[in-house]
Amino acid sequence: MPRTTPIRALLAGAALLALGAGASAAEQYFPLQSYRVGPYAAGGTGFFGGFIDYLNLVNSRDGGVNGVKLTWSEGETQYEVERGVEVYERLKSRPGIAAWNPLSVGIAYAMIDRITADKVPLITINDGRTDSTDGRVFPYVFPLLLNPYSETSGIVEYLAGREGGLDRLKGKTIAVLYHGSPYGKETIPIYDLLAKRYGFKVEQIEVPHPGNEQQSQWLAIRRLKPDYVVLRGWGVMNPVALKTAQKTGFPAGRIVGNVWSNSEEDVIPAGESAKGYVAITTQASGAQYPVIQEIVRAVYDKGAGNLADRKRIGSVYHNLGVLNGILNVEAVRIAQERFGHRTLTGDEVRWGFEHLRLDEARVAALGAKGLFHSINVTCANHEGEGRVTFQQWDGAKWTVVSDWIKPDWATLRPIIEASSTAYAKEHGLTPRDCAAEERADAQSGKRAAADIK
Amino acid sequence: MSPDVSFFVEVVVGGLLSGVMYALVAIGFVLIYKTSGVLNFAQGAMVLFAALTFVSLVERGLPVPAAFAATLAVMALVGLAVERAVLRPLVNQPPITLFMATLGVAYVIEGAAQLAWGTQVHALDLGIDDTPLEFGGVLVSRFDLVAAAIAGVLVAVLTLFFHTTRTGLAFRAVADDPLAALGIGLRLPRIWSAVWIASGVVALVAGLLWGARLGVQFSLSLVVLKALPVLVLGGFDSIAGAIVAGLIVGAAEKLAEVYLGPVIGGGIEGWFAYVAALALLLVRPAGLFGRRSVERA
Repeated sequence: MPRTTPIRALLAGAALLALGAGASAAEQYFPLQSYRVGPYAAGGTGFFGGFIDYLNLVNSRDGGVNGVKLTWSEGETQYEVERGVEVYERLKSRPGIAAWNPLSVGIAYAMIDRITADKVPLITINDGRTDSTDGRVFPYVFPLLLNPYSETSGIVEYLAGREGGLDRLKGKTIAVLYHGSPYGKETIPIYDLLAKRYGFKVEQIEVPHPGNEQQSQWLAIRRLKPDYVVLRGWGVMNPVALKTAQKTGFPAGRIVGNVWSNSEEDVIPAGESAKGYVAITTQASGAQYPVIQEIVRAVYDKGAGNLADRKRIGSVYHNLGVLNGILNVEAVRIAQERFGHRTLTGDEVRWGFEHLRLDEARVAALGAKGLFHSINVTCANHEGEGRVTFQQWDGAKWTVVSDWIKPDWATLRPIIEASSTAYAKEHGLTPRDCAAEERADAQSGKRAAADIK
Repeated sequence: MSPDVSFFVEVVVGGLLSGVMYALVAIGFVLIYKTSGVLNFAQGAMVLFAALTFVSLVERGLPVPAAFAATLAVMALVGLAVERAVLRPLVNQPPITLFMATLGVAYVIEGAAQLAWGTQVHALDLGIDDTPLEFGGVLVSRFDLVAAAIAGVLVAVLTLFFHTTRTGLAFRAVADDPLAALGIGLRLPRIWSAVWIASGVVALVAGLLWGARLGVQFSLSLVVLKALPVLVLGGFDSIAGAIVAGLIVGAAEKLAEVYLGPVIGGGIEGWFAYVAALALLLVRPAGLFGRRSVERA
């Protein structure tokens, strides 16, 4: 057995230091405006836990993305806008920022001007303002997979499916119970529009924040006798809605939740009254998917998992965090193929997001078949045509009860463009010419590819 | 009964039962205010802490009676600690200082609750079936009826305590005139400690009932928002006032939401109760049952 001499130890230490220095030179950094305490901590720990678990998986399994290590640090926001902005100001000068992922509509709104000036992408997966789908006007904002209008359309398509077709919605009554906030009110016009188009009656009922008392709203629903109730809730409003529905005799099976009313945290407090409740999602829950199993083996079994409670692996928020990790990492990978296997600038990662095309085959290769369907982001479409599915709560777990459904993007796009055009006018912005950019990009891309080779 | 009349009755009954739940939280405020003149903003945080402690102990395998007894002890300790560590050193300070101190205590208790028991939401099943009962076409929540009965028992116990025990008599004496009470030899610190413990117990009862209604989660501390207009309306120092005002606020906000809401825009019940309370303040500054203090120069 060779003996370790002091000189050998010194040399080994120097080598490790050199390796460490090399690793820190090639890092891609994710600043996380997380919320692990406060009223929304249950969602925050799940989402940011899943996101970090995936970054950990990529580092431990692959050594990062093409040798570039993924790093991150967290700043606590308690879901408060001013704290979120403070974390942004504190972390924005760190080198190699890939993207911001606040998972908070309020914080995201407050960051749009800042990230646009700093040229770093802002990811608002499943949330954010609908018109930021138009990448011509919002070049750095990405409401990946699902904006509120697509969610509305997805829910209407699902209800039509339950009735036997869109034409069967005619004469039906749908009540929309929405949170009394800008988030809750965002879909009012699109429900009205779709009601007119398909001939159903819609009644939109506001629940004042925080929604811990809903007796009068559900009595109004009882009088209305709707065929379905759509729950567009948040936080405590969701279990209270389900409990009050039971009190007023409305069956849970005819309530459909939106994407922020679809987690375990929304149904568990409601107990028995949540059984049979259905909610929309962009990612199925459960731990059976290969990528989640890999996280269990490579991260949790080695004691590096981020969730304090392993039972939460595969929960709605955890899987959303993992999916968010997949999309961020793949955007970096795609951008690296264009700009080189090195630390990228925020603007280069934006390019990666604008070319984030994961078809079903690529999703399967990533170990996420069944977890989510696909995404196809372009310069003009920052949402990326995400599909939705619906899950039903059986009292203990969610079970998928629909196929992957395509929202009616063709109907929604002109409305989105009208809104983004108004925004551009109001802010004195000139929308990008995506076709021209892509032509120029193709030219310079060939040169860049040659350079990398 | 015509459908419109039965619907009206249903709205009123539902509102009255909700009002009892608001009053339950308001009583915790009244107990403290009555004897020490402090508006305890930490009452909502105490409701959260009590419910979270109870449900966490049950989930860790403690039988329900043992968990209830343990939580009762914990809440008594919390009440005692707040009185000893925060309010006693601030005695004789202006009311706004004491109020700000309880605001700080609220944040400390909320943080401690999450630190001790985690951030997850929990279901709390008290074994009360919540399928509605039907009386002549009017649906009434079984859970709310039981909750109202429990609140009634609590008020009866408190009333008996105040009127038939020596400690209760001392409470009333302190509430009437602290200086005179001190003059006849009543030990104010002991009475203040006892009343903070009592308020911890009320927080536990409110926490269990509200926790079963909303789920045990951080938002439980927001139930104080429902209690504040009740206090303004009923008076800060009257338990009977809290009950009556709770019933008025509950019924009025439901009627306003259902009948006025569609006319002037929905979602009005959150602020309607405050408007009603403010309007009353203009004509009765001490609330419906509050004592009007008269100071002579």
